[in-house]
Amino acid sequence: MNDWSRALSDHEPGTSASFETVTGNRGLQIEEALIFEQDSPGHCGLDLPEPVPFRDRLGGLERQGIIGLPGLSEPQVVRHFTRLSQKNYAIDSGLYPLGSCTMKHNPRLNEKLARLPGLADIHPLQPVSTVPGALQLIDTLAHWLKTLTGMPAIALSPAAGAHGELCGIMCIRAALEARGDRRIRVLVPESAHGTNPATAAACGYTVDPTPADATGRVDRTALEAKLGIDVAALMLTNPNTCGLFEREIIEIAEAVHRAGAFFYCDGANFNAIVGRVRPADLGIDCMHLNLHKTFSTPHGGGGPGSGPVALTASLAPFAPLPWIVLGPNGLELVEHKTAPAENSLGRLKGFHGQMGMFVRALAYMMSHGSDGLRQVAEDAVLNANYLRARLADDLSLSFSGPCMHEVLFDDRFLKDTGVTTLDFAKALIDEGYHPMTMYFPLIVHGALLIEPTETESKASLDRFIAVVKALAAAARLGDTARFRAAPVHTPRRRLDETTAARKPVLRWRPEPVQRQAAE
Amino acid sequence: MRYLPLTAGDRAEMLAAIGVDSIDALFDDVPERARLAGPVDLPRAMGEIEVERLVSRKAARNVVAGSVPFFIGGGVYRHHIPAAVDHLIQRGEFLTSYTPYQPEISQGTLQYLFEFQTQVALLTGMEVANASLYDGATACAEAVMMANRVTGRRKAVLSGRLHPHYREVCETYARFVGFEVSTKDPAGGEGPASHVDRDTSCVVVQNPDFFGEVRDYTELARVCHDTGVLLVVVVTEILSLGAVCPPGEMGADIVAAEGQSLGNALNFGGPHVGLFATRDRLVRQMPGRLVGQTVDTAGRRGWVLTLSTREQHIRRERATSNICTNAGLCALAFTIHLALLGEAGLTRLAQLNHATAVSLAQRLEQVPGICLVNHAFFNEFAVRLPRPAAEIVELLAGKGVLAGVPVSRFYPDNDAVADLLLVAATEMTTTEDMDRLEAGLREVLS
Repeated sequence: MNDWSRALSDHEPGTSASFETVTGNRGLQIEEALIFEQDSPGHCGLDLPEPVPFRDRLGGLERQGIIGLPGLSEPQVVRHFTRLSQKNYAIDSGLYPLGSCTMKHNPRLNEKLARLPGLADIHPLQPVSTVPGALQLIDTLAHWLKTLTGMPAIALSPAAGAHGELCGIMCIRAALEARGDRRIRVLVPESAHGTNPATAAACGYTVDPTPADATGRVDRTALEAKLGIDVAALMLTNPNTCGLFEREIIEIAEAVHRAGAFFYCDGANFNAIVGRVRPADLGIDCMHLNLHKTFSTPHGGGGPGSGPVALTASLAPFAPLPWIVLGPNGLELVEHKTAPAENSLGRLKGFHGQMGMFVRALAYMMSHGSDGLRQVAEDAVLNANYLRARLADDLSLSFSGPCMHEVLFDDRFLKDTGVTTLDFAKALIDEGYHPMTMYFPLIVHGALLIEPTETESKASLDRFIAVVKALAAAARLGDTARFRAAPVHTPRRRLDETTAARKPVLRWRPEPVQRQAAE
Repeated sequence: MRYLPLTAGDRAEMLAAIGVDSIDALFDDVPERARLAGPVDLPRAMGEIEVERLVSRKAARNVVAGSVPFFIGGGVYRHHIPAAVDHLIQRGEFLTSYTPYQPEISQGTLQYLFEFQTQVALLTGMEVANASLYDGATACAEAVMMANRVTGRRKAVLSGRLHPHYREVCETYARFVGFEVSTKDPAGGEGPASHVDRDTSCVVVQNPDFFGEVRDYTELARVCHDTGVLLVVVVTEILSLGAVCPPGEMGADIVAAEGQSLGNALNFGGPHVGLFATRDRLVRQMPGRLVGQTVDTAGRRGWVLTLSTREQHIRRERATSNICTNAGLCALAFTIHLALLGEAGLTRLAQLNHATAVSLAQRLEQVPGICLVNHAFFNEFAVRLPRPAAEIVELLAGKGVLAGVPVSRFYPDNDAVADLLLVAATEMTTTEDMDRLEAGLREVLS
């Protein structure tokens, strides 16, 4: 340990270990230029036939001048992106305990099935008579999701969780408008994901934050005091972002309904209760499901996602287009605001939704089955509680008692060490782990939110626990240099985000003119 | 269960470490009446073989685009996807990583997104692009909302030749977000500039337009700018920019596009990838993720997510958009495909598409009863048929030819467009495909 920190102190900025090689490379970590800097003009990674001579019909609007795209051969392109991939952390390479993000294993069967020509090579505007299998697959997915949520309807088109939130709040507003009820406030707990207030505001509502109680749950008294005839909805995440189940959720739902408002649930954390609890039984009117969380469609470095929304009967008539309904001749695709979709709020996205994600999610659910999905929730909760129990004396637990799929710590254990939550997280990177979610939720100081997911083995958790314990001990012993410098063993060390925002460089430009975006 | 590594022994040991005697104890916070006693009424776990069999059975019921003469476009285009694209995007380091919040261990994603942003800016002729949005239609709605923020006005004028799904998405957002949308009749004359007034934030047009017509918006841009209105140009076939003058050169302020044509399969309509580009001076009003260049503590070039003070996770209810994710992996497919093509490949691919469409148009113009609607087009055009197009399409589908998109699918109540058929041709279209379409049309129209 001491040797290590002495070695580090020699590495002042500009003299880091990375410059000890001629190339800047360090073994398997290879410096890789931008594709634009690897241009061999005229080169192409594809052999395309030359078009037969023809007279163009572009009406005199053909492109003049060059675009500026670089030319590379296939081996150059493959090597470039392979090298880039090696600069990424991923679930495939290790535990990814990013709280609230549900980084679980992505089964490869799902990738294979999503690429079947009968599902990937079909066009959304083919005559409906030529895609009965696609409608059937979507209908089957809908059936699974309806059964698991206990809700009678599901809107499938939203492209992501935040898009699902938009869909849900729009459905609520449409339902209120249909009964001539103008309401202006949406209650959002302080612990909510940022998308919740952003969504409510985007739909024209005033966001009214509701506080948490001492147990990390919604303060029911405070919430009920805020309810009134101008409240359109409560947006509540359950299990919440502290990883806790809202014990009084049924009473909360009843209070919300008594006030004539709707109960929107952010289903980002459905993976904790899938197969064990149906949201409909909790009094929820509307809930989006992140297929890329609970049902393991890959996160892909930030998308594409898919955010279907389960709807109660009173909201179902307003679901966005398209609808798939069972008609006299089998499944039909309803693409317009005609019966039975005459009250639909309209279209939220081009075409029919994230089919590629539907296939993956369905394959995931079929693989687990109703029994396996229940086990998913149980193992996710078990793994999180195991971390809670084993780390309770090393980190500082924010709230006592069992957690659900994720466990929340705060930075009290770092008090007077000179080490921050950020430093601690960056030190984990050096140990080969992606950090937990930091500084979220906002209701505790210096949050560290850990979600192991059910796809981690006990051995994997034990190794992680040992590392976290060792780092916590190092912090307490005052080994601050190690933390402040971390990460050291990565393709890049800490990056200057302030300059990036102050003088944005958002694209490559040919040398020497590296112009900067306007302030 | 093959995806769950805990053994019964592990579970027992872990429960003991936690200090509870059963898993149920960990669910004590769930109200008793909401606890399910056992699995819900759905099939039980299945092995790979069984799942693959059942899903494949559904897939087999669909007519695969690649198995028939195929001329459908309408905002989604069937192009060749190079083998390297799918290989590379399935690398686990790309596929199974999260949004790059920890830049030190996400430089792979950040660098390709920076390359993506550059490619999109170059293609569209704009100064700056974001790291992608859900799809072209939502990008279009985001463009309108951005124009509202920039101008402080609340009315968008949409061309009647804008893709109807894009229009519908704008209308949905307008109703709930609270702005006005004025749309022209798809069958009527254009001149959206005449609808511009003091409350107008933007005019939204498409190029090539929904009917495939390639248009010059230079004059429209001038008129817009004279009245402080932003010009939003939508592109649903991004490959067209390999041959056609880009929106940036025509004076667009915002470009909202669909990037599916590069690297992404039809996928029955999703996932695809929304492209969004604008001018440097407007960058702080842009929605969505942005990657910026910076240096690390050792002075080395690197990339980070930047300008996130626009975004929901920082600004919450004051964010420019509620968007959290982008279409990362689809953007990667786009970037790899475009890297393989390069300048020479992209322009050739665009030429191939145009040449094929020109050849097809020439053939169809010779078929009695068919009238080509377009003056100028890229790889898709509209023809007027002597009978409702939907009927012809069904007849040809019966003969194993997917002939195109009947415009009535979007406008079932507009008689003026009932006879219009959109026909697309790409580098995948063979001479034999064209023979079969032409023969089929001659037969059903005779």
